Amino acid sequence: METLLLLADGFGIAFLPLNLVLIIVGVTIGLFIGAMPGLGSVNGVAILLPMTFLVPPTGAIIFLAAIYYGAMYGGAISSIMLGIPGASTAVATTFDGRPLALKGQADKALIGAAVASFVGGTLSIILFTLFAPPLADWALAFGDPELFALMMMAFATFVGLSGDDIPKTLFSICIGLVLSSVGLDIMSGEPRLVFLDIVGFMHGINFLVLAIGIYGIGEMLWTIETSRGELTMSKAVISIERIVQHLKELLRTWFTMIMGSVVGFFVGILPAAGATPGALMAYGFAKTYSKTPEEFGKGKIEGVVAPEAANNAASTGSMLPMLTLGIPGSPTTAILLGGMVIWGLVPGPMLFVDQKEFVWGLIASLYAANFFAAVINIAFIPIFLWMLRMPFTILAPSIFVLCIIGGYAPTQSMHDVWLMLIFGVVGFLMRKLDYPMAPAVLAIVLGPMAEPSLRQSLLVSDGDITVFFTRPISGVFMAIAIVLLVMPMVQSLRRRMKAA
Amino acid sequence: MRIAELIMAVLMAVFSAYLMWKSAELPIGWIEGEGPGGGFWPFWLASIMLVSCIWILVRWVRRISPPSKSTEPFMDSAAIRSFIAVAGPLAICIGLIHLIGVYFSVPIFLVYYIRFLGRHSWPTTLSISFATPVAAFFFFDIVLRIVLPKGYTEPLFYPLYDMFL
Repeated sequence: METLLLLADGFGIAFLPLNLVLIIVGVTIGLFIGAMPGLGSVNGVAILLPMTFLVPPTGAIIFLAAIYYGAMYGGAISSIMLGIPGASTAVATTFDGRPLALKGQADKALIGAAVASFVGGTLSIILFTLFAPPLADWALAFGDPELFALMMMAFATFVGLSGDDIPKTLFSICIGLVLSSVGLDIMSGEPRLVFLDIVGFMHGINFLVLAIGIYGIGEMLWTIETSRGELTMSKAVISIERIVQHLKELLRTWFTMIMGSVVGFFVGILPAAGATPGALMAYGFAKTYSKTPEEFGKGKIEGVVAPEAANNAASTGSMLPMLTLGIPGSPTTAILLGGMVIWGLVPGPMLFVDQKEFVWGLIASLYAANFFAAVINIAFIPIFLWMLRMPFTILAPSIFVLCIIGGYAPTQSMHDVWLMLIFGVVGFLMRKLDYPMAPAVLAIVLGPMAEPSLRQSLLVSDGDITVFFTRPISGVFMAIAIVLLVMPMVQSLRRRMKAA
Repeated sequence: MRIAELIMAVLMAVFSAYLMWKSAELPIGWIEGEGPGGGFWPFWLASIMLVSCIWILVRWVRRISPPSKSTEPFMDSAAIRSFIAVAGPLAICIGLIHLIGVYFSVPIFLVYYIRFLGRHSWPTTLSISFATPVAAFFFFDIVLRIVLPKGYTEPLFYPLYDMFL
């Protein structure tokens, strides 16, 4: 009951004229970013975060969350129409969305994607509303050891679940954490890791510099290299009559949508997983439980609705640990979390106590963003299709310019712009060699919280590391972390034993 | 690809070792009454980085990781050309900001990219190259009061400041 009252207050905040405008503008930008190949929610949020200094924190996060949401809808548009995912989260949507478009049923796929996204979004926000307050309540009891163990667990999910190269994942996590420790040591106040005695490093490395470098510059370089060649766009015929007909057909896929939403939500909570694997898993489930699995991949509408419901649900899911525990569930929420620190908020369970307006305004805005994204998406499909024709050679330089300005704005130092360029280029080269980049971004955001919690814990326990294992909650987190760390090694050992 | 994997791992190993050495400028051990020293956290993380790099190298020797098995070139000549054609001018553009500021350096970059890489018409090129800095000026310098760097062109903006600020 209390939750409902708080949610009602939240709607009061979300529907303030300024916030409503921010939601609608954010969703529209998100739809566009999601639809453009090479740009996803994480790129949009990283590049546009510096623009939000204009509005108060609540408005800023509402705007960015709306972009996040819109991008999940938009990703489907280019998956279906061009056959290339508009964002990595929409990869699974190409499997059946593209064949549908080739069969001349692009409109059915587009509407299916929009409706599924709406269902996925709505169900997941309801789950979110139910889970968030008790989870935050529980997390209030966390001390430093629990916090550190929780972060260890978050990092361990990358090693255990992401499926990336293990030493490269470890490397990526650690370099992110080390980069976050550049500057003044928060506890002793001494400068450290001031490379080559360059004064710019005294202020530390802002997470945005790394995030914009990797997700702005690095991503553009990546897209320029990988998207050579001509693309052909399918045609979509859209009329009210056909929309109504498709909606009727979509009613039959209700089970797939609900399944996709639930899978997406829970996979989305895990830091290493998120929307892309969530969508792939939902697709896999839909295929497994289908009576006609052989039709998947040839243009089956269930193959579109399952991943689309899942990726929207996952984006909401990833906000759950971000708001309640202060641990982001995805790279995009890592950047949102970093943004919250810039806006002067302390992420974590205390938000639910101290910043009720902020938290519930955000939650209510998710309901609103979901609604507007669905409406704008369906109503303006022709405009988005037209925008997809925007040549990459105009989009790319504009993004580069936004990156330069966005890299400069938060700290107003050219040092950071150069650093961003270096991160972008090195990140691009490392990505080509299968070094995962998401763990580094998560690590640079969490680093400033992980280090003090470790040092405080050790100080209190007088250097005894068993403190992380003997306290019940942190012990459980550590145990899960260790299992996640060891699991892939055991798996590879078993594989080798079998081979021998 | 195989050579690139080796070079990257060796470079990163050297970088990790440098980080360890740099962290060790601060105490990396236990300080009585203060807990772990300021270098403790980065030092041990950098040592995990070094171990990861050695691990990557072992997997390289045994040809386990995909890039170490690949016979494809890391970047073919077309990829290298397009990389240099984009990253080089971008670096030059950032360098020019120190001299002539964002509002002159950015249009030069846009003209180069849109006209010479993208082969769009002059009207398209010029309208975007002109509109972008104007929009950026009003958004950042005027609305957000974040003054973007102008280098030696600063005096040109005094009349605009007088008008809008």
